[in-house]
Amino acid sequence: MAHAVSGTGRAGRLGSLLWRRPGLSLAGLVLPPVAWMGLIYIAALAVLFIAAFWSVDDFTGEIVRNWTFANFQEVATSPIYQKIALRTVAMAALVTLTDAILAFPMAYFMARIAGPRLRLALITAVVLPLWSSYLARVYAWRLILAHDGVLNWALRGLGLPGAEIGYTNTAMWIVFSYIWLPFMIMPVYAALERIPANYFEASQDLGGRGMRTFLKVVLPLSMPGLVAGSIFTFSLTLGDYITPVLVGGPGSDFIGNVVYANVGVANNIPFAAAYATVPLVLMAVYLWLARRVGAFDVM
Amino acid sequence: MKTYGMRAAMVAALSLSMALPAVAAPVKPNYPKAIGKGEGELNIVAWEGYAQDDWIKPFEKESGCHVNRKYAGSSDEMVALMRSGGGGQYDLVSASGDATLRLIYGGDVQPLDVKLIPAWKDFLPNLQSPPYNTLKGLHYGLSYEWGPNVLMWNADKIKEAPTSWSAIYDKTYAGKITVPDNPIQIADAALYLMKTKPALGITNPYELTQKQLDAAVVLLKEQRPLIKKYWALASDEIELFKNGDAVIGAAWPYQTNALKADKVNVMDTVPSEGATGWADSWMLSAKSKHVMCAYKFLNYVSSPKVQAQQAIYFGETPANPKACSEMDKIEAGSCEKYHLNAPASYYKQIHFWQTPLPTCTNGKRDCTSYGDWQKAWQRVKG
Amino acid sequence: MERRSTRVMLAIWTVLVLVFLFGPILLIAVYAFNASNVQGWPIHGFSLQWFPKTWANAEVRAALWLSIRAGLVATTIAVALGTCAAFAVHRGRWRGRETLSFAVVLPIALPGIITGMALNSFFVFWHLPLSYWTIVIGHATFCIVIVYNNVLARLRRVPGSLAEASMDIGAGPWMTFRRVTFPAISTALVAGALLAFALSFDEVIVTTFTAGAQNTLPLWIFGAIRLGQELPEVNVIVLAILVVTAVPVWFAYRVTQDR
Repeated sequence: MAHAVSGTGRAGRLGSLLWRRPGLSLAGLVLPPVAWMGLIYIAALAVLFIAAFWSVDDFTGEIVRNWTFANFQEVATSPIYQKIALRTVAMAALVTLTDAILAFPMAYFMARIAGPRLRLALITAVVLPLWSSYLARVYAWRLILAHDGVLNWALRGLGLPGAEIGYTNTAMWIVFSYIWLPFMIMPVYAALERIPANYFEASQDLGGRGMRTFLKVVLPLSMPGLVAGSIFTFSLTLGDYITPVLVGGPGSDFIGNVVYANVGVANNIPFAAAYATVPLVLMAVYLWLARRVGAFDVM
Repeated sequence: MKTYGMRAAMVAALSLSMALPAVAAPVKPNYPKAIGKGEGELNIVAWEGYAQDDWIKPFEKESGCHVNRKYAGSSDEMVALMRSGGGGQYDLVSASGDATLRLIYGGDVQPLDVKLIPAWKDFLPNLQSPPYNTLKGLHYGLSYEWGPNVLMWNADKIKEAPTSWSAIYDKTYAGKITVPDNPIQIADAALYLMKTKPALGITNPYELTQKQLDAAVVLLKEQRPLIKKYWALASDEIELFKNGDAVIGAAWPYQTNALKADKVNVMDTVPSEGATGWADSWMLSAKSKHVMCAYKFLNYVSSPKVQAQQAIYFGETPANPKACSEMDKIEAGSCEKYHLNAPASYYKQIHFWQTPLPTCTNGKRDCTSYGDWQKAWQRVKG
Repeated sequence: MERRSTRVMLAIWTVLVLVFLFGPILLIAVYAFNASNVQGWPIHGFSLQWFPKTWANAEVRAALWLSIRAGLVATTIAVALGTCAAFAVHRGRWRGRETLSFAVVLPIALPGIITGMALNSFFVFWHLPLSYWTIVIGHATFCIVIVYNNVLARLRRVPGSLAEASMDIGAGPWMTFRRVTFPAISTALVAGALLAFALSFDEVIVTTFTAGAQNTLPLWIFGAIRLGQELPEVNVIVLAILVVTAVPVWFAYRVTQDR
């Protein structure tokens, strides 16, 4: 360790300098990510948000830079945009709930019951779908749920009547829950795995049985994981516009579809930006609340 | 740390309000002297079925221009793609008549020198300088192919061939109907109303007063509960028919051809009310970086052989009548089937897509704009 | 310990979730061997013809290569910036710490369409033509948080006393980092980088807005799906990627598990 003791070399000197001046090394750590996020991402969001106060000339289709609240007014008052926003948020909430229910027992099994080898296999299995194209998986569901699809083929084979799920909001619910499920399982698992085993035992020693241990100890301690997972499932559903196109039916448009249509189609970026502030504000509030329960630590 | 981001955002915002160009206008000609060596690349935006390997691969080999294809399913998407990233991402677009003027007036496309495209002289007379792609003698687009939007049905499920668009508006096939997810679909409803409710006084399905537009919206809203799905991609409709989710719907002939190739027993027709349709033009981006390859491509796709391949593959009619014999070579009788032997009368039956403008042809400003149509369509879909 | 019945029920539930997760993927895998290019059900014949055809498709290879290049560079940027941010946040309380941790999470917490639109208008505003680099910038932006979270979680578990002990025996800060801190976080870096790459590799929505005329692999797949003619090739690609990545993913998590 002689080399280490002397601490020679340029890196060594730099290191000592940074050690003596913690402020300097902190600045060195802080500056790159802050510059990236601030100069690119936050600036881009600001550009978008400002555009929401502009309007589009009806005749030429050009963006007019006069300050107006007209776009927000339309978003707020038009029943159709309210309906679509409500549908999107309701679906995102439903998907989040569904995924939480599906994920929790599995994450619990992985963290508490499975042995190390099985646990590793399960983690791999949960993450692996993320490596197979999201689009291809959504598309596969279309083949499953179609009128003459795999599901109805199986049902009819069992002598049951076919289900007409294809191209409905039910289909969207199933597909969204499916697609984002790994994003819920992983943080819940991470949270459960962190609970020391002796917490369970201590609680049981004190007379807490099954359900009580669960409600009083496990659930509160796994809350950050559930909330972290819900950030993913909620926001990913909120911002999607491809799944509604692929598996939705009539009346399945999402906020994302309207935004996408306005960006491209009408070239009405101001209106698209104004409508996009709905999920933006929702997620900002959600994140603020999520941080308070410590969800950021297990994402 | 907040201050960094805030300051950057404010700087960005301030400069943004000054940077964008004020008003777009049609671009002035900037013709190349001759078609020289290709740039090696060509980026095109095309309708699904407009850039098949059958004719793109030979072009790549012959010209040395590698073709990057991007597919679009609506005129709106095409306009968006041509404008994406400030324009210049794509060189050519196969725009329909309802996108062409938007692209011309938006300053997104540049005039073409037809002297460099010899086949242009052979085109059908009314497709050489049609008003939707030629402005003040400048050719912003080169006509390509045209055809009608058809009524398609599954002949195994529907024995008696429908002859009217009423088939997709009444309850007989409730839950098994599909129509395009496209605001221009309002024109189809208007065309139907033009024939069935003359009292409304619709003369052109693309020029609707507010009252006429409202009537079309009412019809479409009544239709909505009967719809299985509004198809956004041509493949959507193909799938709907293949898997039995839909048995009748508004389609392009392309879907009929594709489904027949997949052994689904479908048929299509232009119903008695007539049909809307498209007349497509290739247009060159104002900011194209591959002008030589683009001209090579324009010449290539204007040739009788490619025009014939395209026509038969998609189920439409070429702009170049010399394609007739080539069509018959590929599929006997196809020249007559697609009316290239008597194009003029057929051409008149089709109400070609136009962009609805607030100013009607009679000069009055009481027509509804495309923006109105888009909002109306959103209300229909819910 | 949980009662036996509880454990059995949890095991059954886990199996059912796995079936749900892999059912559609299994269907994709089966269709990759479908003799016909029409995806009807049930399947009438099997064939291996789509594998050589997919590999021979120049567009697929170009898209795959672009996705790999974009993913690697975006992941590298994300690893560098995410690690910086994690160390900075771990360093204790300083003004703006909360804001940084919030800003880093934003790109993944905000709907993709907002991130995409915002970046797109930003590039247009600076007259940056959409290109390979705009794809990389977009991907790196939402990948930072993945690395950041992994590294931060690990730093919180590594006792600070370890680094102090190292300094006490006379190791310089650089040496301490290289010999003590880095080995402690290296597996977290691997897991974070892997997940970041996976995210970049399959991203569609942001990429739609930040890619120009080039196709990444997911964009090519979207094109194939909407065209409806090259679906067998899509299935082959999905299956091939799964097979190729399964072992590295398993290995990476194995490494993270033995601490």
